[in-house]
Amino acid sequence: MSAIGARLPRKEDSRLLRGRGRFGDDVSAPGQLWARVVRSPCAHGLIRELDVTQAAKAPGIARVITSGDLPGGLAIPVRLTIPGADLGDHLQPVLAAGTVRYVGEPLAVVVGGDPYACEDAAELVDIDIAERPAVLDARVAPAQQVAAELAAGYGDTAAAFAAAAHVVSIELAIGRHSGVPLEPRCLLAVPDPRAGTLDIYGMTKVPVWNRDLLAGLLGMDETLIRVHAVDAGGGFGVRGEFYPEDFLIPWLSLALARPVKWAEDRAEHLVAVNHSRQQHHRIAAAFDADGRITALDDDIVHDNGAYCRTHGVAVPELTVAMLPGPYRVPAYRGRVRVVLTNKTPCGTYRAPGRFEGAAAREHLLDVAATRLGMDPVELRRRNLLTAAEMPYRRPITTLNTELVLDTGDYPALLAAAAREADRLGYRIGPVAPRAPRVSSGTGGRLRGFGLAMFVEKSGLGPQETADVTVSKSGAVHVYSGGTSLGQGIETVLAQIAADALGVDPRVVQVTAGDTAAQPFGAGSWASRSTVVGGSAVHLAATAVRERAVRLAARMLEAAEEDLDLADGFITVRGDQAARIALADVARAAEPARGYLRPGEPTGLSARRRFEVSRMTYPYGAHAAVVDVDPGTGQVRVLRYLVAYEVGRAINPMLVEGQLRGGVAQGIGGTLLEEFGYDEAGQPQAITFMEYRMPTAAEVPAVDVLLSQDAPAPGNPLGVMGAGEGGVSAVGAAVANAVRNALGLAGSVGQLPLTPARVRRLADASARSGATA
Amino acid sequence: MKDMHAVRVTVNGRGHELVVEARRTLADMLRHDLGYTGTHLGCEHGICGACTVILDGQPARSCLVFGVQADGAQVRTVEGLADGERLSDLQQAFSDHHALQCGFCTPGFLMLAEAYLAEAHLTGAGGEPLTEEQARELAAANLCRCTGYQGIVEAILATARARAGGNGAAEGSPA
Repeated sequence: MSAIGARLPRKEDSRLLRGRGRFGDDVSAPGQLWARVVRSPCAHGLIRELDVTQAAKAPGIARVITSGDLPGGLAIPVRLTIPGADLGDHLQPVLAAGTVRYVGEPLAVVVGGDPYACEDAAELVDIDIAERPAVLDARVAPAQQVAAELAAGYGDTAAAFAAAAHVVSIELAIGRHSGVPLEPRCLLAVPDPRAGTLDIYGMTKVPVWNRDLLAGLLGMDETLIRVHAVDAGGGFGVRGEFYPEDFLIPWLSLALARPVKWAEDRAEHLVAVNHSRQQHHRIAAAFDADGRITALDDDIVHDNGAYCRTHGVAVPELTVAMLPGPYRVPAYRGRVRVVLTNKTPCGTYRAPGRFEGAAAREHLLDVAATRLGMDPVELRRRNLLTAAEMPYRRPITTLNTELVLDTGDYPALLAAAAREADRLGYRIGPVAPRAPRVSSGTGGRLRGFGLAMFVEKSGLGPQETADVTVSKSGAVHVYSGGTSLGQGIETVLAQIAADALGVDPRVVQVTAGDTAAQPFGAGSWASRSTVVGGSAVHLAATAVRERAVRLAARMLEAAEEDLDLADGFITVRGDQAARIALADVARAAEPARGYLRPGEPTGLSARRRFEVSRMTYPYGAHAAVVDVDPGTGQVRVLRYLVAYEVGRAINPMLVEGQLRGGVAQGIGGTLLEEFGYDEAGQPQAITFMEYRMPTAAEVPAVDVLLSQDAPAPGNPLGVMGAGEGGVSAVGAAVANAVRNALGLAGSVGQLPLTPARVRRLADASARSGATA
Repeated sequence: MKDMHAVRVTVNGRGHELVVEARRTLADMLRHDLGYTGTHLGCEHGICGACTVILDGQPARSCLVFGVQADGAQVRTVEGLADGERLSDLQQAFSDHHALQCGFCTPGFLMLAEAYLAEAHLTGAGGEPLTEEQARELAAANLCRCTGYQGIVEAILATARARAGGNGAAEGSPA
């Protein structure tokens, strides 16, 4: 039986359940020092003086540095570069020099033997900043704050809008929120002055890229730096990018010739780690008399915070590229103005650009359905691309790839989702937005239903490399360039290797994200690890299988074509007695055993690279049932359904887990989580009291309809990514459900739908209802 | 001058003697002085619950307790749940119900649920089984960023039902 498709228990669980995980702060080194970063208390201003004299004299302090102690001109480059966008003037320095641009920007670092003493000393750094006005609203920011203007599109939108039977437009603002993994960031840098090496613990996501950048900044040979694989307490896009601390901590460890550890606290995480999502959309669609879209136009303002970090302008670019979604859009124009503000810089957060774009597009479609007097599901069905149109090329590029929707049957999935929602009792009669329904026996609470469709992207190349080796114990070792962020990559890659090789997944050991074990890895992000990393493992394990059969044929003096490999044994077909264990083949692959031919590589192993030039595009539908209390403005999500096409599920349990977890984060960003700022640019969400992540009380059980009807044509496993489809359409589905509950004619206007905003919407709806 | 104190504490049945600064948290003492790194720090202000341990029978946020306050106390951490290599029923249920992804919050949820279930909350006052609503309310004490809580609620329910003597473990299994 194939290991692929089985709901196997996770390999990661055993150590994590016992408290034997190895997270960054679980690793320590003898003689280790601790670092504390001193951060700007002002949103914008000129540094008059940073006096570290008292801090440096504090007990137990080894060193205090400011920008003047570092090599000049250090700034963190963009990892995801987009042609034509020159962001050189907007990169973040590793320590601020001259100007500070957001509260939380690193100013200095205090290093000492005890973390408590470092925090004490950090407060002794005398900070004198001449404050300047803070730019906080990207929509009205002056022109010099614009970092880039991007556009995507095709066709004659102006003509289509002029000729349209109906034009519907809305505005929707998406709130500033982010991944906020439960483990804060942590780094440990351990130099060995005798060997000239540097060991790093705590860089996840893109360890090889970070290693190479660090080597360049430090002037070291990259092979002398080893980033070790560690457990990571959630990634979600924000963890593991190259931040200022990723230079500062290794640099300090070399300067002091001592191990240096930095463990971020939650308060600094909330102002230091990449924020995301904050956009304002003015979106319009033109329809013909039958409700068919003839054009789509979106004008977006993207608040990027104070600098362009490693993602550059990838999030706004993805927003406009993916905005048309699953629909047939004859003419499209998306424009986005990327504006710098005096807030924490932004990067990607799970489903970057798609959460935002899907919210705007799908909310627009629900408003249009009301305006056109159509059922929202029927309006979508009429406009979806069909299976006959696949593959469907949009004249758009994104992340330096052509946007070709590779496969799928969107109408079938929508129909299946609607059927499932009906079967589960989600819908309460036909959707009639102007007639709010009161939930029976709930004290005037209003019930609403919302649905949204989306296309995701996954499997971004250009490559991933995997090494597969069989050791003499018979264990199979996979060395992948992906990283373990909680997604279950060790389990998934073990299942893929076991399937290709013909062994039990339990004998497969996966090492993910160690730069010495896999120096050509591209990391875990963009829902790429199962697709691209998994395909590389499949190729490498298949190559090992072929080598094992070739060697076994020599050992058994049989023909290769007569051999089978299953359950870790190679057998001669029709001869039960003639069999040999994979472990014995591994021994035979050693030098001087007499089985290797001249020129044949030593060891039972293979390295393979999977290259891919285009992404694969999973898709799905979300449906939500909400209860709204118009008196308090509280929204409760009662039921939630995700229907998702994944091509082929390596482990359905893990796919469902990804989708359910994504929904929870989506509910957070739609109802609860927001990084607010006061008029001086002071962040208002600096603890978990203000940054409200959903608990078990706010997240319902999530129904999942997992579809495996459209195998991806572009990889040998037929898989699509599953990391982001749980979150992509939550903003859209919940906003549509709230609008439905309140009987709004237009847009909800702004996410998150906090009680105060919902109350205002409810009051306005009641007033317009009274006067109508 | 640092204000140092001698502390005697029993962790998972094993006695420890050490000297800690008065302000050192129980979480830091467990993690960095005694090596129980399974107890995790997610917020250090008592909201997320990743650092939950069982302190003299009660679940406690070890980030909000000073090490000196545990002088003379019995502490249970996640390292003490398994019987040798055999996972406890609660740990096994977490794996069976996919109640963990990154695993960072997991020790806190395990200790929270272990303390709750040990207090004989297996059934209600009238002997009725633990409800999903009750399990959800319990789980709402801590934060998880990965799972969406469904597996955690199912695992707690299944363990409660199995311990209460029913066959609830099968009932709560994933479809």
